[in-house]
Amino acid sequence: MIAKVRAAETPNYLTAEQGIRSWLLTTDHKRIALLYIAAITFFFMLGGVAALLMRLELLTPTADLVQPETYNKLFTAHGVIMVWFFLIPSIPTTLGNFLIPLMVGAKDVAFPKLNLFSWYLFMTGGCITLYALASGGVDTGWTFYTPFSTVYSTTHVITAAIGIFIVGFSSILTGLNFITTIHRLRAPGLTWFRLPLFIWSNYATSVVMVLATPVLAITLLMIVVERVFQVGIFSPWLGGDPVLFQHLFWFYSHPAVYIMVLPSMGVVSELVAAFSRRSVFGYTFVAFASIAIAVISFLVWGHHMFVAGLSVYSAMAFSFLSYLVAVPSAVKVFNWTATLYKGSVSWDTPMLYAIGFIGLFTIGGMTGLFLAALGIDVHVTDTYFVIAHFHYIMVGGAVMGYLGGLHYWWPKISGRMYPETLAKASALTIFLGFNLTFFPQFVLGWLGMPRRYASYPPEWQFLHIISTAGATILGVGYLLPLVYLTWAWKFGPSAGPNPWRATGLEWQVPSPPPKHNFEVTPVITRKAYDYAGMKEELRLG
Amino acid sequence: MVSAKSLALREHYATPQHQRDTATLGMWLFLATEVMFFGGLFTAFAVYRMYYTQGFLEGSREMTLVIGTVNTAVLFTSCLTMSLAIRAIADGRQFRTYVLLLVTAGIGLVFVALKFTEYYLHYEEHKVPGIWFTSNQPNSGPEELFFVFYFVMTGLHVIHLSIGIGLTALLAFRTAVGRFSPGYHTPISNVGLYWHFVDIVWSFLYVIFYVPGFH
Repeated sequence: MIAKVRAAETPNYLTAEQGIRSWLLTTDHKRIALLYIAAITFFFMLGGVAALLMRLELLTPTADLVQPETYNKLFTAHGVIMVWFFLIPSIPTTLGNFLIPLMVGAKDVAFPKLNLFSWYLFMTGGCITLYALASGGVDTGWTFYTPFSTVYSTTHVITAAIGIFIVGFSSILTGLNFITTIHRLRAPGLTWFRLPLFIWSNYATSVVMVLATPVLAITLLMIVVERVFQVGIFSPWLGGDPVLFQHLFWFYSHPAVYIMVLPSMGVVSELVAAFSRRSVFGYTFVAFASIAIAVISFLVWGHHMFVAGLSVYSAMAFSFLSYLVAVPSAVKVFNWTATLYKGSVSWDTPMLYAIGFIGLFTIGGMTGLFLAALGIDVHVTDTYFVIAHFHYIMVGGAVMGYLGGLHYWWPKISGRMYPETLAKASALTIFLGFNLTFFPQFVLGWLGMPRRYASYPPEWQFLHIISTAGATILGVGYLLPLVYLTWAWKFGPSAGPNPWRATGLEWQVPSPPPKHNFEVTPVITRKAYDYAGMKEELRLG
Repeated sequence: MVSAKSLALREHYATPQHQRDTATLGMWLFLATEVMFFGGLFTAFAVYRMYYTQGFLEGSREMTLVIGTVNTAVLFTSCLTMSLAIRAIADGRQFRTYVLLLVTAGIGLVFVALKFTEYYLHYEEHKVPGIWFTSNQPNSGPEELFFVFYFVMTGLHVIHLSIGIGLTALLAFRTAVGRFSPGYHTPISNVGLYWHFVDIVWSFLYVIFYVPGFH
């Protein structure tokens, strides 16, 4: 299993070909991952600017920095960009694209050209949506609720919907590629239960991508038809039902939450194992928890609609099923914690992110249970409590996992180490800034502050100021990795093939990996995370 | 004659069989997404069909049952020719494959032609929602809703079928220049899967739009 590491003179995937053309026409999964990293970093900054403007507006109780109409466009831009152009593609298209073939011992994904095509679809959809946002914006919120989006809004709903429709197909084709790769391209001996948990969680993510995204696509298409022809699929004048739109929308958009957080869970499994030098406790349970989350995620969408006129019986069923999805999520949290127990824990930057993830995800998950409870949900629907809850999952969870993974695999991607002290400082800055931003929002929501308003009663100003201050710190925390990871790309010290002394096939090829990953297809004889065996080997020399 | 390129094995596959089976798995997954894509519309239709049983029935009575039925037969015939084409290439009979693929694409075109004739008839009868719709039925709102779904769903189906026709014609051309053989004809089998899927969608569309109004 341990392949001899070749001398660094052999060209790697970065040096094998030169020129802009070799990047734009590449079918190498590693280069495509980098194309995605560039694209989603751009979108992340754009969405971040929108968020910062919103937070600045909320410093004062009145709508003074921007008009309420502009504020509506800002939160729509923030939501649309962050959901479809950053969070959904974040880990799968970057770390997933880079690592899945390496982790399964393959030379590429199953359909390399389709992979590149997905990136072009992503960019096309991105440009169209950006055009919609730049040429006047959209004021419907990222949820596009009817009939506002189809009849009353005078903004660029159609253009934005078409952009998201196209990006949806990018997501579908990426998922299709991953499922096929994981099924068909595993190296000899790499059975399902020897796979790293990152693969399991990306597999579950891909299933959700492939089965849920088309429903969003068709729903957006119905919106476009209704808006263009003014025919009333969801609008009541022909007998259409606006609530049907919400059903179809959340049938995608709730599972989409798991598209965002499942890959992060995969990253955390890798990090916790590598930095406590133990196999993940209850590997099989963690693996099947990913599948269970993917399956149950399709059955909980109604909890977004408890106040939309669901019958009391279906509300009870959705409430129960929403509690149920907490079980596999909790299994993961318990098992990561148990992995730390008696492990040789080291506090490198990726581990800080992993531990941050576990804590913040737990808070996000527990408050999710509040929201699954019918009585409490009615009280806090559409308040900052909901905002705080899902930002704990998506920013505290998904983004922390993404950054942890980016730091962990950056030496593999770039071949160079980042400055550790600075990275630790920025991880702590992000953790602090995040909590300062979003914890006050739980309180605000509980007090009744509704989401999507540019103004509020003056007695809430103090909490809003804390939140804006936190957002500023968070913004600085996000800028730091951008600076030092870029710096490390050129000037960081050489990382060597396995700086973390981690198990996993990706660490047995040089950093950066050669163009075709493996000189010889590896044969796998051991389970993932065999740190005990690694120690034994080192002892025996 | 089989060109070298069509048999080329990409570097990340172990054997040609491995590559072929992987492509087929990819196609099935794509069809799964298509099921969900159409599924959203079928679900919405089912909901409104339950809300407005009478209005939707009135809509169904406005369908041109003859054209719909003939079209169903036409499309099912193309299923047969597509299956025969796959069989023929597996037997190495390239000319026969070429002809059968062209016939399949041709039958597809007949379907599209008949479908557009039908659309034109609806237009004549002022049954195009959003453009020209009149009704003297008591349930004119739901009836119009029925026609919205009718145009969106059959329209999407025709788009899918047109893509299928284009692909089938392309495959016929590639068969003629000798790109396929008994050992390599994955694109034909996979486009065949797509073609059958599109036909199955139609069979459901026929049942929900045409059959209820038939007495």
